[in-house]
Amino acid sequence: MTTTADTRPAGSWTDLVEDALLGTNRRPSPGLLDHAALATVARRAGLRPAPAPELPAPAPFDERAALPAPAVRRLAALLAENSSELLPQWLATARGRGFAAPPELLPALLDAARQRSDLRGDAVAFAGPRGHWLAALNPDWRYALRVPLEESPTEPHPAGADSAAGPTGGADAVWQEGLFAERVTHLTRLRRRDPAAGLALLHSTWSSERAEDRLLFLDALQEGLNLDDEPFLEAALRDRAKNVRATAAELLSTLPGSALAARMADRARQAVRVTEDGGLLVEPPDSCDAAMQRDGIAATSPTGRGDRAFWLGEIVAATPLSCWVELAGSSGDANAADGADAPTRVLGRAVTPAWADELREAWARAAVRQHDAAWARALLAERRGEENARAASGGAPSRLLSVLPATERASWTARFVAEHGLAEAFQLLVTCPAPWPEDLSGAVLGALAQAAGTGSYPWSHSGVLGVAERCLPFAAAARIDALAGEASSAWAEVLTRLADTLRTRAAMLAELAQD
Amino acid sequence: MGPSNVECMNDRWTTDHVLSLAPDASSQKAAAKLGRPDPWSGTGASAEAVWGACKGSGSRPYQTVVALDGPAYHCSCPSRKFPCKHALGLLLLWSADTLTGAGAPEWAESWLSGRRRRAERASADMPGDAASGGAAPGDDAGSSQAGPRDEAAAAARRQRREARVASGAEELLARLADQLRGGLAEAPSRGYAFWDGVAARMVDAQAPGLASRARDLGALPASGAQWPTRLLEEYAMLHLLATGYQGRDALPAPLAATVRSRVGFTVDNAEVLRTGPLVRDRWLVLGSRDTSDDRLTTRRLWLRGTQSGRDALLLSFGRPGVAPELSLPTGLELDAELAFHPTAPALRAALGPRHAAPAAPSAPHPAGGSVDAALGSYAAALGDDPWLDSWPAVITEATPVPTDHGWQLVDATGAVPLFTPSPWRLLAASTGRPLTVFGECGHRGFHAVTCWTDNGPLTL
Repeated sequence: MTTTADTRPAGSWTDLVEDALLGTNRRPSPGLLDHAALATVARRAGLRPAPAPELPAPAPFDERAALPAPAVRRLAALLAENSSELLPQWLATARGRGFAAPPELLPALLDAARQRSDLRGDAVAFAGPRGHWLAALNPDWRYALRVPLEESPTEPHPAGADSAAGPTGGADAVWQEGLFAERVTHLTRLRRRDPAAGLALLHSTWSSERAEDRLLFLDALQEGLNLDDEPFLEAALRDRAKNVRATAAELLSTLPGSALAARMADRARQAVRVTEDGGLLVEPPDSCDAAMQRDGIAATSPTGRGDRAFWLGEIVAATPLSCWVELAGSSGDANAADGADAPTRVLGRAVTPAWADELREAWARAAVRQHDAAWARALLAERRGEENARAASGGAPSRLLSVLPATERASWTARFVAEHGLAEAFQLLVTCPAPWPEDLSGAVLGALAQAAGTGSYPWSHSGVLGVAERCLPFAAAARIDALAGEASSAWAEVLTRLADTLRTRAAMLAELAQD
Repeated sequence: MGPSNVECMNDRWTTDHVLSLAPDASSQKAAAKLGRPDPWSGTGASAEAVWGACKGSGSRPYQTVVALDGPAYHCSCPSRKFPCKHALGLLLLWSADTLTGAGAPEWAESWLSGRRRRAERASADMPGDAASGGAAPGDDAGSSQAGPRDEAAAAARRQRREARVASGAEELLARLADQLRGGLAEAPSRGYAFWDGVAARMVDAQAPGLASRARDLGALPASGAQWPTRLLEEYAMLHLLATGYQGRDALPAPLAATVRSRVGFTVDNAEVLRTGPLVRDRWLVLGSRDTSDDRLTTRRLWLRGTQSGRDALLLSFGRPGVAPELSLPTGLELDAELAFHPTAPALRAALGPRHAAPAAPSAPHPAGGSVDAALGSYAAALGDDPWLDSWPAVITEATPVPTDHGWQLVDATGAVPLFTPSPWRLLAASTGRPLTVFGECGHRGFHAVTCWTDNGPLTL
């Protein structure tokens, strides 16, 4: 705004300010405040608009469907609470259903995802082209420009859009300039869509990456791993860093057709032989030769176990499981190699007692690595028969479970919970698909009722209750209310809150279903 | 603006508005939990009220009814919060359009009809002549006619106060002259204490308007670049006000009233409503803003008469942490009578009788003008009140723009500095395109309060 009028006959506003600063003792200025008042009102009354600055380009249109009004209110409330546990699911759902973010909530959304990196992928995709437009204007939201819009269903920006904000330009920028976590996410996504492109991208900068970064980038190759990756991984077996070599070896061992897998199978056949009566005679190697070391096996055991047990474990875990079926099949039983129960038959063989546990554990690791459901199933069935529930609840069962199809995972866990209660169930429950199917939610609710009835403290089950909030089907709310009605006050409070959360979740998703 | 935008605007209040009725933040949270259908039964709504029964911890559900014209609340729960979480939860359900029922149940109807009877009795008690009065329903109808002895005592009180304020004004002029003799260059080293002391003297002299302006002088030397200009301006305007009060008898009546009001002689709302005149109109609620200090929460509500085109400002106060009582839904129209305080230009008003609950506006966006016109309205208003800092304005084709020297509000006529608590929200809502904005336009720039998007009004 500029001053157009100064009605004071003599002297300017600047003179008045100088007089006032100096003081009328030093510079007499009769009627100073009267003149100043006149000039002030004249200036204020004469204000005109200043020349307009250059306008930024308007936001691109978001072609997605407008969010229903109740969902807009819900989002505003979730963002205002900020720490809401519901926000991740809300964002993923709204994004998945192809809704456009309401523009006035974009600042709160971008602020929330700035503080919580777990929200970024969904938040930025949901914010869409208008979110990118806004983020380009505010340095606080620059992170959003590095998250590509690749999976957004909207069209790319119209011509002339800032290339850094564009979907493809953004991708390269992420790989070249992004933070480490953003680069890993980008590589993983690219692998999911186009494994060869992902490998090429990693190859292009491989030699200049730091060792700890190489390790995690290599890990990202698990996504979409295939035999085309083998030459790259074989080269990585000669990497300067030991961890990188070991990871490359582990990846190669999950490729049953790889040369490394074949070398491991040779070693396995030397260490485990079939006796005449069909038993398995185990004799681990006495040393770790250079070839073994080159294939990722450490020369000395890094754990407390003996070296020979460790080498055996490494060899068997990296050996294609089909090798064992062939081995057992060649012993005369013509049907052994066929059918889904082949692993069970192998497991039924007598094993040199001193090494039996080592061999089973190594098979379990192999089943997880090779995503072999038949072997996982057979190993789990064997564990379930064991007396010691505690042993069955360690790390391995949950990892074996993760190999099984979702519904089977849930029913296995349901049986486990029914037999052993909730105390050891957390690791298993988190592997189960949400919402939990009827058998699993029934088992968990039964176990909760029992825990409430026996007077154990609710907070000792806080882990399970947290998973239950996310995974119980909404219909369970009524049954939980009934449980709360019969429970002591501490449990009643916990159960009421659980039921409330389920209902809130149900309402939230119903709002996103409207059209 | 397609017709669908008009259809989607309705008489229901926004969630923001309902939550603004809550006495505190924890009530807002509790209400949000009840703002879902499950705990409720027998809910319903009419043009006059909403009602429902809410399952609580006890065996009997709480019966809740809200009359929309107050709003006034009734709930059978024992909560001391007012309005309680049940009333707010019910309003949230209503605002989300999830109330289903039709006729009010007996318990709701009996409270509503009792309320109607009381309102009728109250209006029957009032003088029949509209020009002479009518207080808001529920308000004290005002003191009864003063007897001659009271009048004489009041006149003596008034005279004593006039004399005290006059001596206060004289003292203030002397202090301003003192400071000016020594030079304003000294001001930064004096800090707040000097003017805080003068302000306390002005409070003693019963001149709160002079006191607050004097207090503000203490902060200006620390207000950044160009502070000498701002300080001299405010010295000069305060000097003008005190001088104006000394010479009040020679001023034209409207200007004299403005000076008295600026110095701190206020007329309370009941008095304003009694003396009238009352202006009936469909008043569009342009916006609302709360400010608080450690003693008081002040709510400003801006209205515009859709027929008269007059702007009005309602003030409502609350204790710290308590929502001021008066609350009107932004963007809706209120058929009501206002009485303006006797200052020039007329802006501050008291809310008199309401004739209906707030209703959907006749146009999706309020009419308005350009940035240039907003500055022009401010200039015109300065002609009546040179101490005005700003004047309400609707700008219809304005775009918010972040620049290297702060935010600007820009249209075809140019730019003004833009101030608002959340400029990014305004920019996001605009998607970089012109939109309608309401705010206060003055010599510091434009303070935005409300904007209108395709989905209706948005409080900034």
